[in-house]
Amino acid sequence: MAKVLMKGNEAIGAAAIKAGCKFFFGYPITPQSELPEYMAREMPKAGATFLQAESEVAAINMVYGAAGAGARVMTSSSSPGISLKQEGISYIAGSELPCVIVNIIRGGPGLGGIQPAQSDYLQATKGGGHGDYKMVVLAPASVQELTDLLMEGFDIADQYRNPVMIIGDGMLGQMMEPVELREPKKRNLPPKDWATTGTGGRGHTNVINSLFIDPAECEKHNLKLKAKFDEMEKNEKKYEIYNCDNPDIILAAYGTTSRIVKTVIDKCKDEGINVGLIRPISLWPFPYEVFEEYADRTNAFLSVEMSMGQMVEDVKLGVNGKKPVYFYGRTGGMVPVPDDIVAEIKKILGGAK
Amino acid sequence: MAEMVFQRTKGLQNRPFHYCPGCTHGIIHRLVAEVLEELDVLEKAIGVAPVGCSVFAYDYFNCDMQEAAHGRAPAVATGIKRVHPDKVVFTYQGDGDLASIGTAEIVHAAMRGEKITTIFVNNAIYGMTGGQMAPTTLVGQKATTSPFGRDKNHAGSPIRMSEMLATLEGPAYIERVTVTTPAHIRKAKKAIRKAFEAQIQGKGFSMIEVLSTCPTNWGLSPVEALRWLEENMIPYYPLGVYKAPEEVK
Repeated sequence: MAKVLMKGNEAIGAAAIKAGCKFFFGYPITPQSELPEYMAREMPKAGATFLQAESEVAAINMVYGAAGAGARVMTSSSSPGISLKQEGISYIAGSELPCVIVNIIRGGPGLGGIQPAQSDYLQATKGGGHGDYKMVVLAPASVQELTDLLMEGFDIADQYRNPVMIIGDGMLGQMMEPVELREPKKRNLPPKDWATTGTGGRGHTNVINSLFIDPAECEKHNLKLKAKFDEMEKNEKKYEIYNCDNPDIILAAYGTTSRIVKTVIDKCKDEGINVGLIRPISLWPFPYEVFEEYADRTNAFLSVEMSMGQMVEDVKLGVNGKKPVYFYGRTGGMVPVPDDIVAEIKKILGGAK
Repeated sequence: MAEMVFQRTKGLQNRPFHYCPGCTHGIIHRLVAEVLEELDVLEKAIGVAPVGCSVFAYDYFNCDMQEAAHGRAPAVATGIKRVHPDKVVFTYQGDGDLASIGTAEIVHAAMRGEKITTIFVNNAIYGMTGGQMAPTTLVGQKATTSPFGRDKNHAGSPIRMSEMLATLEGPAYIERVTVTTPAHIRKAKKAIRKAFEAQIQGKGFSMIEVLSTCPTNWGLSPVEALRWLEENMIPYYPLGVYKAPEEVK
């Protein structure tokens, strides 16, 4: 397939349909409304169903029902809407249902703003909903990567029977870039013999459920989930190492911000400062070991985010006290400017060199 | 050999109910199960259990089941029915689940004319959590969170879901019944059957509201509870058909 120019939000839709997503349940919210609009237009042509729900709460529970019925299904929203979906996400994880959830993050807290942000990192990676659960959280940095990860996300969800979240921001959702829809590497996906499809001569009933009233049973269920999360942690880490050959400092950044950091790296090179980048692509599981490994090859780390400092907590866990870890961020829809990041680097190296 | 005159319906699993003595959930479960068996749709039925006293409904009905979050059963059922339009999908919900936390979901499933059947069990109280005031608790009725009786000026008047949903275009069949006497039980079963038939015929959303007892939290004996329901609930929640197309009347 030749590359075509696509807007991020619409590319998500095209990739989902290509990945065999048959159901989309959503509710309008800026800055991701082009996605449900695209789905409303394109899904019927693909023999798939788009349904606008009465709320984000209803949408995620429709996803629960459809996933439990054995369908490939997704929903999308932006920060305040994702907060509303958290209850459902916890139930989906607890009941071991596969689905893909897209969060095109905007500034918060509360109604916040509608401009790009990365301030839902902790919500996405550390639970968000109640109970002990994890989900693979993928953070693409380009429209191409967005479609690649989205398509793979459906397979990851099916492989582990677990929700997968793709996070981006309004910039990624709105920008147009050339895209080629590429099949992900083939995985062995288990049959959905647990789905509620009507017993139809199966000989036993299938039940989708996250209630275990006996505490011993509930703990057993959690141990089973934990074993699955451990597998995900082992198999699903993704990251990019960029210019990390003994750099003066390593920046940690993901998604849109990582592209700004690459500009920073070029600018610093001109000034004789060697700056590296570790870009986590999977925010959960987080590539902690990579940070610990590279701590021996640099003087300091700087986490650059469109938040007030969220991923920096994981960077610190990874670096594990071996080197100082600094933070620089803009938030509320403000985007970090390369010159300001360069100034921050100089300030840090002035003290650390 | 003695003739078999009554046995457990194939629609129910061979498990003892956890319901309190005198609670009418057991009768309502049996009626739904009998109708599914008689319509020969058990193998293509997918039920959705609520949060509340009937949370374990997934252990009792002998068909595929999903357990929904509190109030979300109509949304979950929507997801299931859209995936399997040829299957028979139903929700079984109490008054806290359907008429309080889940009002948005039930109203919009009904508005869309979602081809599902809802069994709405109204006992005017939160049973599972220990007798708190429900949206359907009667004015003056005592509950643990309305210890002096429901005050209309403070907590409003109880909500009549069947009447409210009947104002929408989407529902094909809505009827309110009760199960306090054998005659009422027979009528309730007929209504439940009509509701499932409306779904199977693709006519739209259907709901049967069943006025039910809660002797434990009402603080009454099972017999007193049946009498209390007839004397207090039926006058406020009149029995009858609220929505029916000509064909299913």
